[in-house]
Amino acid sequence: MSEYLVNIQNLKLSFFTPAGEVKALNDVTIQMKQGDVLGIVGESGSGKSVTAYSLMGLVPEPGRIISGSIEFDGHPMHTMTEKELRQIRGNEISIIFQDPMTSLNPVFTVGNQIEEVILLHTDKNRKQARERAEELLNLVGINEPRKRLRQYPHELSGGMRQRVMIAIALACEPKLLIADEPTTALDVTIQAQILELMNDLKEKIGMSIIMITHDLGVVASMCEKIAVMYAGKIVEYGTADEIFYNPHHEYTKGLLLSIPKLTATDHEKLIPIEGTPVDMLMPPKGCPFAPRCNSCMKICLKEMPPYTDVNDDHYSACWLLQKQAYKMIKDGVAR
Amino acid sequence: MNQKQPFAINMNPDQKVPLSFHLNPEDFAPASDSEKLELVTMRESVSFWGDGIRRFRKNKLAMASLVVVIFMMFFAFVLPRFYPYNYAQQIRGSEALAPFEYSAPEQAAKDAGEKIFPHMLGTDTLGRDIMARVMMGSSVSILVGLVASTIILIIGSIYGAMAGYFGGWVDTIMMRLVDIIYTVPDILIIILLSVTLKHPLQALATKPGFAWINTVGVGLISIFIVFSLLYWVGMARIVRGQVLALKELEFVSAAKALGANHNRIIRKHLLTNCIGTLIVTTTLQIPSSIFTESFLSFLGLGVSAPMPSLGSLAATALDGIYSYPYRLFAPAFTISVIILAFNLLGDGLRDAFDPKLKN
Amino acid sequence: MNKLVEVQNLKQYFPAGSNSLFNKRFIKAVDDVSFSINKGETLGLVGESGCGKTTTGKSTIRLHEPTAGKIIYDGKDITKVNMLPYRRKMQIVFQDPYASLDPRMTVSDIVGEAIDIHKLASSKAERKDKVITILERVGLNSEHANRFPHEFSGGQRQRIGIARSLAVDPEFIVCDEPVSALDVSIQAQIINMFEDLQDEMGLTYLFIAHDLSVVKHISNRIGVMYLGKLVELADSLELAFHSLHPYTKSLVSAIPVPDPRISRQQKRIVLEGDVPSPLDPPSGCRFRTRCQYATKICAEQEPEFKEVASDHFVACHHCCE
Repeated sequence: MSEYLVNIQNLKLSFFTPAGEVKALNDVTIQMKQGDVLGIVGESGSGKSVTAYSLMGLVPEPGRIISGSIEFDGHPMHTMTEKELRQIRGNEISIIFQDPMTSLNPVFTVGNQIEEVILLHTDKNRKQARERAEELLNLVGINEPRKRLRQYPHELSGGMRQRVMIAIALACEPKLLIADEPTTALDVTIQAQILELMNDLKEKIGMSIIMITHDLGVVASMCEKIAVMYAGKIVEYGTADEIFYNPHHEYTKGLLLSIPKLTATDHEKLIPIEGTPVDMLMPPKGCPFAPRCNSCMKICLKEMPPYTDVNDDHYSACWLLQKQAYKMIKDGVAR
Repeated sequence: MNQKQPFAINMNPDQKVPLSFHLNPEDFAPASDSEKLELVTMRESVSFWGDGIRRFRKNKLAMASLVVVIFMMFFAFVLPRFYPYNYAQQIRGSEALAPFEYSAPEQAAKDAGEKIFPHMLGTDTLGRDIMARVMMGSSVSILVGLVASTIILIIGSIYGAMAGYFGGWVDTIMMRLVDIIYTVPDILIIILLSVTLKHPLQALATKPGFAWINTVGVGLISIFIVFSLLYWVGMARIVRGQVLALKELEFVSAAKALGANHNRIIRKHLLTNCIGTLIVTTTLQIPSSIFTESFLSFLGLGVSAPMPSLGSLAATALDGIYSYPYRLFAPAFTISVIILAFNLLGDGLRDAFDPKLKN
Repeated sequence: MNKLVEVQNLKQYFPAGSNSLFNKRFIKAVDDVSFSINKGETLGLVGESGCGKTTTGKSTIRLHEPTAGKIIYDGKDITKVNMLPYRRKMQIVFQDPYASLDPRMTVSDIVGEAIDIHKLASSKAERKDKVITILERVGLNSEHANRFPHEFSGGQRQRIGIARSLAVDPEFIVCDEPVSALDVSIQAQIINMFEDLQDEMGLTYLFIAHDLSVVKHISNRIGVMYLGKLVELADSLELAFHSLHPYTKSLVSAIPVPDPRISRQQKRIVLEGDVPSPLDPPSGCRFRTRCQYATKICAEQEPEFKEVASDHFVACHHCCE
């Protein structure tokens, strides 16, 4: 039994498309202990969803792991067969997706879909599975669970469907729940309900959660540790307090400065991050964020920056953290 | 040049520390804007056509069928100019020859030193070279296919676009009309038309400038009229479907918000975005029209003698099928090749231009 | 205080199929909404899905013909007139940068279409010049003019959409969720651009979004909609910090703040239940089914949208107790 629940080491993963190789994950390392809540923040193309899918062995063709390892609870996921993976999926790791409308099968009842997972991974019979399903619907806060079991997805609202998704995910009491943008498609008031539910469940069951999102507000309220991804790399990793109050990567800083804050009392102009997101077919040499970085140095364009510790539980991949950069900044040459 | 390790510890001991890394202090100077811009380039421009043509080229079957179609066009329209025999030319003494057979007078001329081009498919009962007739028949079939498809394209797409765009009552009435037309038995109408139009058209043919009516034949004209009246409905339905989906897209609302009138929206936004479907449907309509014409000519309702059609050639060849099987095989084979080639071409075009397959 | 746009008692109903010929059912997407926008101002409109804010925006420029109500532009009633001259003054930017550009047209054609329709250029060269000027204004350049939408990123496409609406030199722009579909790091660029353009060209905006943080940043005043009705309308800061309507309060508290300390202490007012169907809204106050302060009167009588403080309108029976 390793000390880490999730141990992804130096994972490199690419999609070999007809248009060329898309380096979706470029040396990603993630380590999570049991009971942690990790937030992975990034924009489209950052690789955050791919990281989670690779943990479950769900990366579709033409994606292939080039190097690195993926370990979950001691199991080497990257070398397991499909059959072995299927025993873990839904059972020890569960995932909830962004769009509850398309994640639920429209031709089966809600009860049927929950029972399916239970029957697949446990040796309960149908009656027991149905009781468990009702229990789960109660757990996720759906009223009149017995009635709901017989309803079809289209009869439920978006918020309820997402709760059903969570119920399915929890059916076998997984060690890890991966939530891939679970509230992006929902209204803000419904999002609040779902996040509150997830927090409650975290307290009750002691589940580990990986929360993937682009919304910094969501990670601030839910996650203890945060990994910021950009163009297939983790550019900064730290506790929530460290990331929000002591960010060290220019991208993280840029994100924090560029989002309008509800709590602001005066109208200060937003400071955007200039430039456009990286074209993953032609990523630049060196730091992927360099072309958009205000403090870009010559070396940033040439070489990939190494990971540098900021303090105990906080590291960042940036050339500015190097001693030489400090010297330059002090001399007033670099910014 | 310092080769010291960076002052902060690397977090992950497994991560390769580039000890042999030359960290050049000058590299830590700020990068200029131009240096940054060099890294940001736009990819090569690929238009819709370029993309489609590239995909089409990769499809070997489609390319092969394109070659066959081009060859058949050449066979039907260009070759007859160089072929020594005319389709209507009756050569006395050379009746009912087998392929590559020479008649007695031709043999005599050959022995005398004249160059006589062989009848590659023989001759029919009236001494007409069958190869020449097959070529002519092909050109009739292909022409009918192209003209009929064009008529169908124009009427069908405009009708369908209007029905789809205006919706509501307009759409309901227009499509009920389409439903009614669908139920009309086409063969019946063709027969009726060719019978009723025969005399008025012949009378018209005597007037100056209308002599072509006789060459083309009442039958063929009836076919064209019927295509214009009846066969466009399939295209109309398809276009209507496309337009119904397209008009909900935001760029149509945007055009409205700019002040575009109905005409502009239908022409520039809706139909242009259907072009893929239009091309494919039209290309697939061609073999369908060819087949319809052939089978009508086979029944005797199409072209009139001496103009041959692959269908009529097949019809006349039926009588002598046991003695002269080649007279049937030649037009039958030709028409199969033409139709198959156009069908495969249409399929290839659809695969190449169907946006849903875009990855 | 010069009112540029005034919407009075706007109703927008959509047919929703009928049980019988006589019992036609309607989706009351917008049900008696009134507001006005001053010249140079940005009025924000927020609400969740199904509240009718997008429909309100589109009806204001008559992309939907209003079922009832009046639209008054610069003093003139334009509800039923020929819109073509007004299409030059009132424009719209759409949400989806992928669907709002015709994939078959080049950027130059897209931006120049308005120029062609309204005959604003007398020669090809003039048209080209105008197009390039506008492209540069939104941060693109002439190199982009001959390319197709699919070659651009989301943020760039949105710029093209904005350029298109600017081509006619409008006075009023309806911004329908213009940044919702963009990456977070690009949103700030586009928001800033909207503000810059407003300063340079003296534009008036109706800014529609579901993200209250964005709306608060860019708007002078904000209107909150729920199920087709305006429930509150006030100055931006006033609404964010001193909202009076229960729905607004829960909306404000539901937004996750990107600040861990505040977030941990945040007391969220979490609403129970889901949004009712717009086909069959609750009687009286539409929000009463999810409101913790609902009483008998809320089910019987629809609350009036009235001014309860300076320039602060609320529709609630119990807001000021």
